[in-house]
Amino acid sequence: MSSPSVSAAPAESLSSHHVVNDFSISVATVNGSGSQTANLVLLRAIFQMGVPISGKNMFPSNIAGLPTWYTIRVNHKGYIGRKRDVDFLVAMNAETAREDVMSLAPGRVVLYDAPLKLSELRDDLIFYSVPFDEIVRDVCPNAKLRRLVKNMIYDGVLSHLLSIDLGEMVKALSAQLGRKPKAMALNQTALEAGAKYAQEHFADIAHPYRIQRMNKTEGQILVDGNAAAAMGCMFAGCTVVAWYPITPSSSLPESLISYMRKYRMDQETGKATFAIVQAEDEIAALGMVMGASWAGARAMTSTSGPGVSLMSELAGLAYYAEVPAVVFDIQRVGPSTGLPTRTAQSDILSTAVHSHGDTKHVLLLPASMAECFDMAGDAFDLSERLQTIVYVMSDLDLGMNTWMSEPFTYPTKPLDRGKVLDEAKTRELGASWGRYKDEDGDGIPWRSVPDGPGPAYFTRGSGHNAMAQYSERAEDYVSNLDRLAKKYETAKGLVPQPIEDSVAGAKVGIIAYGSSHWAVEESRDQLRDTSALPTSYLRVRAYPFPDSVEDFVRRHDRVYVVEQNRDAQMLSLCRMDLDPALQTRLRSVLHYSGLPIDAGSITESIVAQEKS
Amino acid sequence: MSTETPSSVPAPAASKTNRLGLELATYRGSKTTLCAGCGHNAITERIIDACYQMGVDAKKVLKFSGIGCSSKSPAYFLNASHGFNSVHGRMPSVATGAMLANKTMTALGVSGDGDTGAIGVGQFVHLMRRNLPIIYIIEDNGCYGLTKGQFSPTADVGSKAKKGVVNELPPIDTCAMAMELGASFVARSFSGDKKQLLSILKAAIAHRGTCMIDVISPCVTFNDHEGSTKSYAYAKDHDEELGEVTFVPFFEDISVDYEPGSTTEVTMHDGSHLFLKKTAEDYNPTDKLAAHRLLHETASRGEFATGIIYIEPDKEDFLTSLNTVDIPLAFLPTDQVRPPKAVLDELMDELK
Repeated sequence: MSSPSVSAAPAESLSSHHVVNDFSISVATVNGSGSQTANLVLLRAIFQMGVPISGKNMFPSNIAGLPTWYTIRVNHKGYIGRKRDVDFLVAMNAETAREDVMSLAPGRVVLYDAPLKLSELRDDLIFYSVPFDEIVRDVCPNAKLRRLVKNMIYDGVLSHLLSIDLGEMVKALSAQLGRKPKAMALNQTALEAGAKYAQEHFADIAHPYRIQRMNKTEGQILVDGNAAAAMGCMFAGCTVVAWYPITPSSSLPESLISYMRKYRMDQETGKATFAIVQAEDEIAALGMVMGASWAGARAMTSTSGPGVSLMSELAGLAYYAEVPAVVFDIQRVGPSTGLPTRTAQSDILSTAVHSHGDTKHVLLLPASMAECFDMAGDAFDLSERLQTIVYVMSDLDLGMNTWMSEPFTYPTKPLDRGKVLDEAKTRELGASWGRYKDEDGDGIPWRSVPDGPGPAYFTRGSGHNAMAQYSERAEDYVSNLDRLAKKYETAKGLVPQPIEDSVAGAKVGIIAYGSSHWAVEESRDQLRDTSALPTSYLRVRAYPFPDSVEDFVRRHDRVYVVEQNRDAQMLSLCRMDLDPALQTRLRSVLHYSGLPIDAGSITESIVAQEKS
Repeated sequence: MSTETPSSVPAPAASKTNRLGLELATYRGSKTTLCAGCGHNAITERIIDACYQMGVDAKKVLKFSGIGCSSKSPAYFLNASHGFNSVHGRMPSVATGAMLANKTMTALGVSGDGDTGAIGVGQFVHLMRRNLPIIYIIEDNGCYGLTKGQFSPTADVGSKAKKGVVNELPPIDTCAMAMELGASFVARSFSGDKKQLLSILKAAIAHRGTCMIDVISPCVTFNDHEGSTKSYAYAKDHDEELGEVTFVPFFEDISVDYEPGSTTEVTMHDGSHLFLKKTAEDYNPTDKLAAHRLLHETASRGEFATGIIYIEPDKEDFLTSLNTVDIPLAFLPTDQVRPPKAVLDELMDELK
């Protein structure tokens, strides 16, 4: 084995003191190299030690050979938004190593693959050189597997350098590979070899970053938003799923398939209580969802921006013909040939008014794993109650990254199947029933489902009167359009209401939604602690806006709308819907790099705007 | 007021009823708004006849269509059935979804040659692949009627439009496509051939799987002139009937008496029988290769073969392959669709 290479940073660096449970690790690898297992083992081991973490994968739209970075943030206070700066770099990718090293702040740490000779690049960093190829040769006789096993060695090295209990690493590895004894044994050997190497070669050095046991993750789960949403759909009684593969949405229906196959087979007959179809495209996926919903099933699809674009025409029909449909939009930056593996909140405006004609839709805006789960249920209930299409606006950061969460709460609220004619209601309404008649004054008509007790009707777009008869009369069209608008007003009281955290005397308000929430919470602490700027916060959880959104703006001098798109899409919706007199109070904090928003960026933007 | 009211048909003096005790009139729909003499209206009449004669329960039928003249027609039959006029070319997906929700229904879709062969060709292809139980009728007039006579993808090479333009692109043969892709019942007929179309529709009602029926249905307003290959005159002259189709439903006694060897008998999934009188060519409608050859040969002669072109009575349909519970998914009670708390607890434990 080659001799170890450790080059210490200058005395004024971080090496003189420890940073405990508050740093970020970035593992730079090549995609397709099997690093995901090693990264999840690292994440899980720290989580098992009771320290709050979050893991974010920045990966290419590619199967093998392009750079990928996995970032783990460790934070004792529980901040789980992205941290902008990297404290500890694991450089395994020759292609990006130089740039990655050059981007670090002084005093930071680099663990690298020995042949990369990175310590020559800078003298203000701490470098640990590890001859991965030599170590892996000893532990893995099968040359073909070495590329994969190599990753587990850096986990072993990290366990020593970061004081992560090796036993927790093994336990985390077992959670990943426990069912494959051969792979488990091989990887465990690699893990231990890495740890041994570090103990033998880096024992005398003071390592600046450390994990120390806490009790802040007890009882919590680790999950991604797409799995959470899939579980939500299963417990919401979803029966029909139609989908078309698209990043970053695919893992939602794929998770749903595995849950449904396990838990939704009739125990007596072995038959499925669901139908899942991979459609020929997103248009067909929504068509199937609408057909199924029209015929009385709880149906959903999941897609991303380009898919939503394709669904546009049918979405208009769903609005006008009043057909329920649940659509998950796991947002990413556009277009199809763009950056499908980068996150954004950039479909908000176009989805709110999706399709042709006068249309406006209900959007749900989950911010957490629990909301990905709960809002799946809300989406089905609202879609059937309101007889319209409902979009759940998740994003890549929520959907595909690993988050800590409280375990989900079992839904005890009965499924709301909405105003569907049963025998009693059919008798009560008799011949006066009209499919598009506002019987109850809330804009929501009574629906007759095929094969049910209600009368048949012919479903068509806008050319119908209240009795669902063909009509091209202007009065019929206007009356129907006005009723649809009334129904939308009704929706304001039914959607998940905003959550407000007001600080007495705060003149500045923040409005945010979805995955931006975590960075906003951290930024509010920064603004309070370092800029003496107390802020109130309203987290919007659905569109259309309930009145409380306008009230919030009215109560603050300046309101920053924080979002992850270039064109201030949520701010635009506020401008459309709120009292025009309030519009001068609205300001924007925008983040659109494709990386998840971070607290520092929000704080800097607000501080700068407050000064101006 | 509505511009559309159900047509009132005076009951015949001695009211005849079908096996459900229903009169023919109960199978009617709203009054047609299509042009007088439109082939589509004749198809509507045959659908009504077929459903009446087969004793179809209209409450168990779902009607679907896309966009175009053809797609208006589901409003003109079976008023007691729910109908869904969807968007252009997307009826297959909407019908698929509805049948996923309730597999006990009978799906009846009406499309046009543009709705199927142009904007909807993608969904058409995948509907055929899945062999979804549906009767999929193309009311085929070779042109776009509702937008005033543009060529559709089934227009023949050399066919002349009303304004004199000659079509130069080869047509899509929807029957050949359907057969190739997996439809288990493929037929072609002519709206003017009452007897044949009725037999085909009745057989389609008895079949479980995709029944793709292309019906040449002349557009009297935009495509019924000299030089058109989809006019009444052309269709009458070039209809190459594949021998007489006789359908005997399972609830009727077989009283046909053919000379041995003169007919091909096909037993349908529901126990009905189909007797296909053999032509000189000794055509076998269960032989896919022979069916393809026939379509190519008749087309090359400028003719179109009509009758049941291909049938595979026992092919598994899409809904059966999904192996869902017997109760329609649409009507499953909550305890069947929401797993118990123990399941969530188990899932949460796995993620800890």
